[in-house]
Amino acid sequence: MIRVVLPQHLRTLAKVGYEVELSVTSPVTQRSILDALEAYYPMLAGTIRDHVTQQRRPFLRFFACEEDWSLEPPDAPLPEAVASGKEPFYIIGAIAGG
Amino acid sequence: MSKVRVLVGTRKGAFILTADGKRDKWEVSGPHFAGWEMYHLKGSPADPNRIYASQTSGWFGQVIQRSSDGGKTWEAPGGDITPVPGAMPKVESNKFVYDTSPEGKPLTTHQWYDGTQHPWEFKRVWHLEPSHTDPDTVYAGVEDAALFRSTDGAKSWQELPGLRGHGTGPKWQPGAGGMCLHTVILDKKDPKRIYIAISAAGAFRTDNGGKTWKPINRGLHSQYIPDQTAEVGHCVHHVAMHPSRPNVLFMQKHWDVMRSDDAGDNWSEVSGNLPTDFGFVIDVHAHEPETIYVVPIKSDSEHYPPEGKLRVYRSRTGGNEWEALTKGLPQSNCYVNVLRDAMAVDSLDKCGIYFGTTGGQVYASPDAGDSWTPIVRDLPAVLSVEVQTLP
Repeated sequence: MIRVVLPQHLRTLAKVGYEVELSVTSPVTQRSILDALEAYYPMLAGTIRDHVTQQRRPFLRFFACEEDWSLEPPDAPLPEAVASGKEPFYIIGAIAGG
Repeated sequence: MSKVRVLVGTRKGAFILTADGKRDKWEVSGPHFAGWEMYHLKGSPADPNRIYASQTSGWFGQVIQRSSDGGKTWEAPGGDITPVPGAMPKVESNKFVYDTSPEGKPLTTHQWYDGTQHPWEFKRVWHLEPSHTDPDTVYAGVEDAALFRSTDGAKSWQELPGLRGHGTGPKWQPGAGGMCLHTVILDKKDPKRIYIAISAAGAFRTDNGGKTWKPINRGLHSQYIPDQTAEVGHCVHHVAMHPSRPNVLFMQKHWDVMRSDDAGDNWSEVSGNLPTDFGFVIDVHAHEPETIYVVPIKSDSEHYPPEGKLRVYRSRTGGNEWEALTKGLPQSNCYVNVLRDAMAVDSLDKCGIYFGTTGGQVYASPDAGDSWTPIVRDLPAVLSVEVQTLP
């Protein structure tokens, strides 16, 4: 199972805890994780990436294995540690606004 | 005994305030959706337990929430569908996509702050207006300015592109708060008639259910635009109508309080003896169609009450002659604002008036404005106030 850590506001919206577990088909990529996440938790559609363009929202970042993957291609395979469930995939809200 | 439910949207969540018909003891429920900007909540006239809410965030975008039990519990419409593993989600309750059909496509840009043309970009829902007759039908006024409608309880939204495709769009421009469609008025007597208002474009009317729209700004005079009597470009802050007289409209413009007696075709100024004719809110007494309320605000840069005195002004003559209502309101050192959707009235025998401030107070008057008391004092900045009168 793939582990995904959500920002606090999205945990509230999806009514889940700090981390969710998803079944994701290989290859495990940012896109396949987000597809699965939105399928499991439909209320999150549109909150992480734009409905139409599928672009990441500007104030969100994606991290895996302490690396920033936000600007990587969405179909690039993520590290094995994420694909195996050893490490979570982080969706992080920017600390902005003072 | 009748009850009153006040729906309050704030910068950091929603609150629901309830009282019996005396309106002297209030219960406060909330915050709902803590930490999110709640631009607007409004109940369905056809089913008062059906409430729609606009939940927004600079981080996570737009979410629509719906309650079917008077605000006790909420759901993102369609969000609880059991998904098929591997299938793409079908939820579209927060999907607001501008129409690109031939009817909507020709108008793809509006005026930006620097005078250049800028593409339409959806940002948030400012106002939700449920149908008078169908709990599943609701309109959404959005930024960048457009009107959307849902007929399935907010599970999906479709733009009414005739408004944005009307032809004057390249002359519309954002006000300081963005280019928002903030006012939606449905005519109970004529379901095909809708009024809307946009900052800064002006007011518009459709008489055919939204297919075509007409700018209704004749008589408006705005000194901050090159053509001060232009067909569009006016910064209308809010419009109000009494349901028994759908041809009579009252408007609080950026400056000037205005009145129309012909469904917006012509306007005349009724600012009269107001201390300043700038403000955001305007509303009409539930039983006296010529009694109207405004909250004058000092402008252009201050945006707080003149002299630090929070005063509601009431006219019993449909404008021009105004009296200050001060009993129970702070008359010194008050520097809050009252935003455009933050005033509402109930329909009890003795009409109640309600408004919220950017200082987090929600004031209520159970006697048509003669006296005021704060229901709550220390909420986050209030963005909107709506009232439901319940049996």
